[in-house]
Amino acid sequence: MFAFRFAFQHKKRIKKGQGQKYEIQKLELYIVGARQLDDGLKIKSYLKKLLLSSIIVIIGITFIGRLSYLQIFSFSPDQVLEDPAIKRVYDYPERGYIYDRNDKLLVGNDPAYDVMVIPREVQQLDTLEFCRLLKITQKKFKKELRKARIYSPRLPSVFVPQLSKQDYAQLQEKMRHYEGFYIQKRSLRYYDTNSAANVLGYISEVNERDLAKNPYYVQGELTGRTGVEKQYEDILRGRKGVQYIQKDRYNRDIGKYKDGILDTLPEQGFEINITIDKALQEYGERLMIGKWGGIVAIEPSSGEILSMISGPTYDPSLLVGRKRSANYSKLHYDSISKPTFDRSISFEKSPGSPFKAINALIALQEGAITPSTTFTCTHGFYIGSRKKGCHCGGGIRNLNSGIYESCNAYFVGAYKKIFEQFPSNSDAMDAWEKHVRSFGLGSYLGSDLYTGRRGSVPSTELYNKWYGEGDKRWSATTTYSNAIGQGEVNVTPLQLANMTAAIANRGHFFTPHILKKVDGKEINIPDFVEPKRTTIDKRHFEPVIQGMADVYHKGTAQYLQIPDIEIAGKTGTVENFIKIDSVRTQLTDNSVFVAFAPIDNPKIAIAVYIQNGYYGSRYAGHIASLMIEKYLKGEITRTDLEKRMLERTLEREYAKPYSGKEFKINEYDWSQDAIKHKEEDSSI
Amino acid sequence: MAGKSVLKRIDWLSVLFYLLLVSIGWVNIYSSTFTENGESIFDFGTLHGKQLSFIMASFASIIILLALEANFYERFSSVFYIVSMLSLLGLFVFGKTISGATSWYDLGFFNLQPAEFAKVATALALAKYLSDIQTDIKRTKDQLYAFVIILIPAILIIPQPDPGSALVFFALSFVIFREGLPVYYLGIALFAVLIFVTTLMFGTIWIAIALTLIILVFLLLKKRKFKMPLFPLVTALIVTILFSLSVDFVFDNVFEQRHRDRFSLWLRLEKDPAKLAQIQKTIGYNTYQSEKAIESGGFFGKGFLEGTRTKGNFVPEQHSDYIFTTVGEEWGFIGTVTVVLLFTLLLLRLVFLAERQKNAFSRMYGYGVISILFIHYFINIGMVIGILPTIGIPLPLFSYGGSGMLFFTMLLFIFIKLDANRLKEGI
Repeated sequence: MFAFRFAFQHKKRIKKGQGQKYEIQKLELYIVGARQLDDGLKIKSYLKKLLLSSIIVIIGITFIGRLSYLQIFSFSPDQVLEDPAIKRVYDYPERGYIYDRNDKLLVGNDPAYDVMVIPREVQQLDTLEFCRLLKITQKKFKKELRKARIYSPRLPSVFVPQLSKQDYAQLQEKMRHYEGFYIQKRSLRYYDTNSAANVLGYISEVNERDLAKNPYYVQGELTGRTGVEKQYEDILRGRKGVQYIQKDRYNRDIGKYKDGILDTLPEQGFEINITIDKALQEYGERLMIGKWGGIVAIEPSSGEILSMISGPTYDPSLLVGRKRSANYSKLHYDSISKPTFDRSISFEKSPGSPFKAINALIALQEGAITPSTTFTCTHGFYIGSRKKGCHCGGGIRNLNSGIYESCNAYFVGAYKKIFEQFPSNSDAMDAWEKHVRSFGLGSYLGSDLYTGRRGSVPSTELYNKWYGEGDKRWSATTTYSNAIGQGEVNVTPLQLANMTAAIANRGHFFTPHILKKVDGKEINIPDFVEPKRTTIDKRHFEPVIQGMADVYHKGTAQYLQIPDIEIAGKTGTVENFIKIDSVRTQLTDNSVFVAFAPIDNPKIAIAVYIQNGYYGSRYAGHIASLMIEKYLKGEITRTDLEKRMLERTLEREYAKPYSGKEFKINEYDWSQDAIKHKEEDSSI
Repeated sequence: MAGKSVLKRIDWLSVLFYLLLVSIGWVNIYSSTFTENGESIFDFGTLHGKQLSFIMASFASIIILLALEANFYERFSSVFYIVSMLSLLGLFVFGKTISGATSWYDLGFFNLQPAEFAKVATALALAKYLSDIQTDIKRTKDQLYAFVIILIPAILIIPQPDPGSALVFFALSFVIFREGLPVYYLGIALFAVLIFVTTLMFGTIWIAIALTLIILVFLLLKKRKFKMPLFPLVTALIVTILFSLSVDFVFDNVFEQRHRDRFSLWLRLEKDPAKLAQIQKTIGYNTYQSEKAIESGGFFGKGFLEGTRTKGNFVPEQHSDYIFTTVGEEWGFIGTVTVVLLFTLLLLRLVFLAERQKNAFSRMYGYGVISILFIHYFINIGMVIGILPTIGIPLPLFSYGGSGMLFFTMLLFIFIKLDANRLKEGI
């Protein structure tokens, strides 16, 4: 470009000059042309030179770009956790023991011995002898070895899991002869009782969901699944220690990562005491053999759960060790008796007559009745023009006899009176619901139990939905079933026991709970210590409790008295229905009983709910009475009563709906109930 | 010629870059092959110990290389070339096979790889031929001869098999371009590569459609006074489409599955993530592991001897072809960028040196050196950081390997000697 301009100026200058010669001009032009040509070549050669240099620079920039993508943008700082070259080896602390309220061991740990194999290191061996020692077949030996080799030839796999102690003792001495095999000690849960499976729960390997939820866990670790083991997992488990090990691409250890500066030591799990009384729990479970239902006993002064029994149940040690999964399937798929279903806290049913006590209290509180208010029972009562029956024997009933004879007519009358105290049915219902809820019904109670149901308490909203809004649509007459505990109220045995404790305490209860001590120290949880007040004034309780005491003196439970102990209780006989081939079929009534004792200084409040046990005083009443005596006296004086309960089962009743045949319910003669021969029958 | 004056005239900047690369390389080889057994760095039983001895031998060879007359290299280049070709031929009879490739002579104390020597010899021979007064690169016949010089060693090396090394020789064609071979040859070659890759990615039909559209747009936008001849354009289009079809054919019928897998991985042709993961774990294992290792280094790296994946030998061949992963893991982004910059600066410096040569032979040889170093550096790091398919060639002056160390030193220092001598040429 420069050359061209230069030439152009020259041409101008030459033109300006007067005496120029044509040749000179030509020569000049030639020079200019040559320069231009030369310049063109130079540019071309510059470009060629630049080409290589720019390729080098461009590649350099590309590399740096890619490297910044890899090392700056894709880089994540928590690489230690993802680095395949760093193995984490865990050091597991021993899981905490579980004791009962009297420091009796419930759950401990037991060593178990796994025979491990590293396939690559296995040398020629006398398989016949080895199989004999391990008590396995040659075929099994080959199969296990192949399985281990497929998993990894260089890493250990379990060859034979959980040897017994005797086998271990025999094998231990001879193990060194078998290269590539060694014995690894593990810790398994050991149960010092065959009861309380529903309370204690069990542990099992973590699953995908646990892993996603809690980053603490690693595949293959154990975690509490239900019950106390689940609820207090963190306390029992402790904290595992971690060692970081550098490994090579064959997964072999080649030393500690960074000389172990990141390693941590395991933290021991704590032992805990639960509020369960081992003896009472075991006794209750013996009584429940052959019966379906739940028992919950609570210490009214603290809310501590003394026992929590669900029938049928299973031996907790079934879910440990080699046969665990087979046993679990058997229990889990028993869809008729449902042994893994905790009937003490998850079984919601109508409370039946014990609920009458609550209605009595509400009626007193609302001024609907006084203890001397009477209602006449004509072996029943009228709802509109329809007569409903009553078992009480008829006559004029006041509060006291209404309770101890469990008179339906009395309580329907009282219930109607409650509604009369309010300007509208919905106001009455709201007030009634508030009172009922103050006893902890229709709520989870805030307990520390892992599972459970809420139960239900009817409300204005519910009836409006059913019958329509407006004060004429429904009334006390429509909802009279609530008066006798057969209506829309559903409770669990735990709630029933808690309700009884509230009555025993004359107006308050403590949140029922299962944890008593951690590491030998009493727990101090404010919510468990603070009393929950009911909406009933204290003075209204005495006449009701007197009625409940008279249940034992002259009422429905007069043959169940315990010598020297003043008890207050209430029977319940609850109609119940199931669907058989989509036909609503009535079954034998459920037998319900609530009680507390001693009356003046209650130590135990109990609720017993027995499916298809017929009268409340039969199964539930017997069991409640025996449990109270066992807990307060430590021994049973009425051995005939005890014998009857231990012997009789309701299996005949439970088989009825599945028999496919017509069956009778509420058979009067209970000597027909099955007699069991072996106590172990109901535990698998 | 006095040694002192040579030392004054040699390009110390290049020497500095060389020394830096060699020492950084050795530090990383040390780390890659380090075990916690506490052996000394001079333990010749270890790989880093051996490499150290190779480096020492290379340094010794520098003295000889600088001491020799500059025109010795030009004069004997044909001899070197013939000797090296014979040594390549000899491999078919006496060669020693290491990990599947018959590329070595067993000299007892060390395995000699004649392909490395052939790189030096071919660069010399090509420079010698092109700088000959009778050679005119504009002539087709002379172009052909020049390519034959490059092709002979490549053809001898391919059956070893060592396709990576063979590829290096094609890089020497850049020298021919520098010396006047029309650039559109290069353009056509690049276009062919582009069509090859795009055919694999999108298929022939899309390429045909795209090219036709481009031509149509081009014709419409072009000003009327430049009348574009339609015929050659259409011919070019047809040839391209035929080429694209043949790519499909070759890929499906001539390539072996492992080759296909490499391309599948590189261009992410496999759309099924499960299959892609499978390829990544088998054929792409090295690349996957090296990428991960480099990534895990982050900005500052894990520190010297702290590379967990390096220690765990997660990346196979980490001391040789994959040495750059050690840099990435232990020295991080800072380390990798330093190495890339050192190579870039060395290459640019060499371009500068080559361009200042008055002597055609020196200049062309210089370009040969640059081409060889560049292609190694480009393919190796490109492969290690996962932007190029897996082609096994070492990172020059850096990777473990005695022959490599020795002959790359030779390659470079012959040029430094020629450069030091440039002012004397006229005399």
